[in-house]
Amino acid sequence: MPENSAAILKADHLGRSVGTRILVEDINFEVPAGRVLAIAGPSGSGKTSLLRLLNRLDEPTAGTVYFEGFDYRSIAARELRRKIGLVTQRPFLFPGTVADNLRFGPAQRGESISVQKIDELLRRVGLEGYSSRTVTNLSGGEAQRVSFARTLANSPSVLLLDEPTSALDEESRVGVEAVIRNTVVDSNLTCVLVTHDMSQAVRLAQSALVLDSGRVARYGLITEVLHAY
Amino acid sequence: MLTRLFHSQLELGLAQAAAAFITAFAVVIFGRRRGIHLERETLIAMLRGIVQIVAVGFVLLALLQAPNWSSGFLLAGMIVAAGSISARRAKGIPGAFRISVTAVALGAGSVIAFMTGLGVINAAITSLVPVGSMLIANAMNTNGLALNRLRSDIIGKVGEIETALALGADAKTSVAPYMQASLESSLIPAIDSLRSLGIVWIPGLMAGMLLSGSRPIYAAIYQFVVLAMIFAASGLTAMISALLVRKRIFSPADQLILRADAA
Repeated sequence: MPENSAAILKADHLGRSVGTRILVEDINFEVPAGRVLAIAGPSGSGKTSLLRLLNRLDEPTAGTVYFEGFDYRSIAARELRRKIGLVTQRPFLFPGTVADNLRFGPAQRGESISVQKIDELLRRVGLEGYSSRTVTNLSGGEAQRVSFARTLANSPSVLLLDEPTSALDEESRVGVEAVIRNTVVDSNLTCVLVTHDMSQAVRLAQSALVLDSGRVARYGLITEVLHAY
Repeated sequence: MLTRLFHSQLELGLAQAAAAFITAFAVVIFGRRRGIHLERETLIAMLRGIVQIVAVGFVLLALLQAPNWSSGFLLAGMIVAAGSISARRAKGIPGAFRISVTAVALGAGSVIAFMTGLGVINAAITSLVPVGSMLIANAMNTNGLALNRLRSDIIGKVGEIETALALGADAKTSVAPYMQASLESSLIPAIDSLRSLGIVWIPGLMAGMLLSGSRPIYAAIYQFVVLAMIFAASGLTAMISALLVRKRIFSPADQLILRADAA
């Protein structure tokens, strides 16, 4: 039975520890459909660990996540990861062309995407005409945009972004942030954005959660959380 | 020169072993000057090698009088030892010993059994054990190479593997390029042995058969047979090993559980 129909994504006392080391502990939050939640905090505070739990790349050792009202452990991991897409901090592109990378996700469930769809995805991330380029010739910013388009090719309901601009130079960062704003905010896509840049959080998110030593230090509307700093 | 100094076969053998040892260690010293430190590992490997092969000499002496059925126990012991040695190349992979023993047993063991059943390998203990040991030893080497390459590739490509998983790929697809690369690289020695047979080297088994009175053409053909069996046993072992490793490094929810800090 659905746990909470209002929130598309809900962390419920979520935690993970490895041996005696606690990565994240007792995390609770909700993300309503079409909203952006920013997760901030210092290095080593558990931001990436939390995002990996949301994509179920790691298994929670406490609590769980509800996706569309269902405990996400009741959903096949592959299907869940398609629906909760993840863009990693470093874009790990597969050898081949940009189009090959965009086809990868749909191909995992026996689907192919049309040339028109590939062109449309590339247009959305500002890489029109890049379809047949080999990935080895891309700049860092271009690679991150391809990574973004590749995740969008899976038509996810929720997008997880792990510091997508932190490894980029200033010019690329501005470009990628514009892509996030255009595709996520304007398209009303639900998003969890990990960032160490509070000004970026303000520009993109409506609510924020600040982690400290794996625990929630503050959670609420972005203005409230910002006000506390 | 040595043949003039030493007259008994045992003394000559020890002198030849010492000469080969010094030559091999000179290479190690040469490498040390260039920052390649293999002294300890090479020294231990050579000492183990000489002790083990002399022990095998005594075992073979005893085998000449042993019944044929005892070869099964000997080969089983060799399989366990081979699994144990090659598992050391898979540090950090959970259950590496069990994986290696199972792979060598199913890979080399099944080829030995099949070929013995067909009559390609003589079931007499004096034939089955030496030929079987060749297959097991080569399967061990291939398995060690495959596991070592697979482990280092997976640890080095965690980002790529998890990206594939995050895009909805299953465990099999996410590691397929690295499984293929490890199998291909591990089989290079076996393929090169087949390719260079008779041109670069004439194996000891053929020399032995000629010395024991076999016809040269039959000895030559049988040498090919042995190398083809080695390739089959090695390839099968490495494939089984890689498949078993894949099952152990992912959780049931397709989460990669092998990490650099565990290896």
